[in-house]
Amino acid sequence: MSVEVAGLGRAKAEGPLKLAVPRGALFGETLDLLDAIGIDTSAPRGDSRSLIFEANGITLVTMRPSDVPTYVEAGAADVGITGKDVLLEQSDRVVYELLDLGFGRCRMVLAGRRGDRRLGESQRRLGMMRIATKYPRIAERHFEATGRQVEVIEVKGSVELAPLIGLGDGIVDLVATGRTLEENDLEVREEIVECTARFVANRVAHKLRASEVDALMEKLREATAR
Amino acid sequence: MIHPIPPGTRDVLPDEMRELRRLHRALIEVFEERGYGEVATPAIEYDEVLGRGGGRAAESAYRFFGESGDLLALRSDMTVPIARLVSSRFADAEMPLRLCYLASAYRGVRPQRGQMREFVQAGVELIGAPAPDGTAEVVEVLEAALDAAGLNRAVIGLGDSDLFRQLLIEMGVGDEARDSLLERLAMHDLVGLEAGLSEIEGIGEEQCATCVALSQLRGGREVLEQARALGGGAVERATARLQETYDALERRGVADRVRIDLGLLRDLGYYSGAILEVYDPALGHVIGGGGRYDALLKRFGVDLPAAGFALYVERVHVAQMEEEARGRAGS
Repeated sequence: MSVEVAGLGRAKAEGPLKLAVPRGALFGETLDLLDAIGIDTSAPRGDSRSLIFEANGITLVTMRPSDVPTYVEAGAADVGITGKDVLLEQSDRVVYELLDLGFGRCRMVLAGRRGDRRLGESQRRLGMMRIATKYPRIAERHFEATGRQVEVIEVKGSVELAPLIGLGDGIVDLVATGRTLEENDLEVREEIVECTARFVANRVAHKLRASEVDALMEKLREATAR
Repeated sequence: MIHPIPPGTRDVLPDEMRELRRLHRALIEVFEERGYGEVATPAIEYDEVLGRGGGRAAESAYRFFGESGDLLALRSDMTVPIARLVSSRFADAEMPLRLCYLASAYRGVRPQRGQMREFVQAGVELIGAPAPDGTAEVVEVLEAALDAAGLNRAVIGLGDSDLFRQLLIEMGVGDEARDSLLERLAMHDLVGLEAGLSEIEGIGEEQCATCVALSQLRGGREVLEQARALGGGAVERATARLQETYDALERRGVADRVRIDLGLLRDLGYYSGAILEVYDPALGHVIGGGGRYDALLKRFGVDLPAAGFALYVERVHVAQMEEEARGRAGS
């Protein structure tokens, strides 16, 4: 006889707290941080293909950083860790941003080709710049806030490519060390915002699982303050 | 052949309609039993009238011109239309006045977010009954409505809409900065709140920490003590109001599922004093909200205290289905 189980599609404020863990650039440091607060991360560190791990009374759900706000907003994950760049780009998602975790520090910048005057020329003579980016909303907001007109061109892959072959006058992108820019003969022209990893929570989980969310947040705060 | 309908609108077919009607009837019955008479108002009103609600969320997303050039708008909730109705039709009526409704409201949507342009709200408005007992009565009706919908695990968050505005004024934060900070608070962006506060001259680390700590306080009666310990006149006044409301809830025996939440802020422009939000553990979204709006009726020329709530009926229906599935899985 089969037992009907409610679909996993909707939020369940039951069972262990579900933490959305970003794979990619923030993955290593996120796992280090979890280790530091006593959560065993050997399973997600292994070469398992699983995406969901149970560890010390918490469920770790690994996913792309840009999916974290989606899962947390819907309540499919109660809490999560992701970059501020992702939160800014998806600022219409309602998630509670509770804590700056301090790691994964990088800058969102406007960059152009080294020694190239195209950005300024376009602005002066055409009244408008063409900017390639993976972060169209951040780019749009930045230029709107600084009173300039731009045509934002959204690309999905290596954005450094765009100005090299004439797609756009410059790029808005995330820079950690600046090496990629350098290797592609690009230089930073303006700094838009500094981004670090953030601890976020679902609005309802923040209310209905207050003590668990607060306890986890306190541990994270202590571990990152060290 | 498919003829499309705009995103955020939908057709309801018989299976769902049957369930929705059952829910509608159950809710209206709860309201009527408690003396709340059902009213209907036009979905289309003069924009100037709806605009008196104030605040961005209360503003209509749909405006158009009538035949004679008047600017008309679709309502975004029922509280503002009922405030208008009360001032036009019940100004001299005996108070308190108890009204309820089951009606569609209209809001703008962001693309691809599953938000509804047209949605149904069921709620009550209690006019002429001041805090704290008026608020307690509204919470009592809300609890009965949740029970009738089968959402026995639903929780009601109780906050104070004036707390942070007053607190920031007390700290000497100017108008512009205050609005931006309140916006961050409403989003519960604690990192942004801290950053914003630290940029303001004259705000020390301690005041910054007080703000963040206050917004995180939620739970039972004990949080009022914790809040008081953080000090300040604004906190004292807000906790006193919350204390009175909570006492009134206890006197009615309906405090059990209420959680005090000092970080609660609602984005509608007309709230004052107590504010409410409704959650169900089966759903990641808020299923209803409300509170006091003692200054709203004055904008329509009658100075009466008022409070109410609205449940998002479609979301209540989703929660209902989840709770039923849970019941089956558990039994």
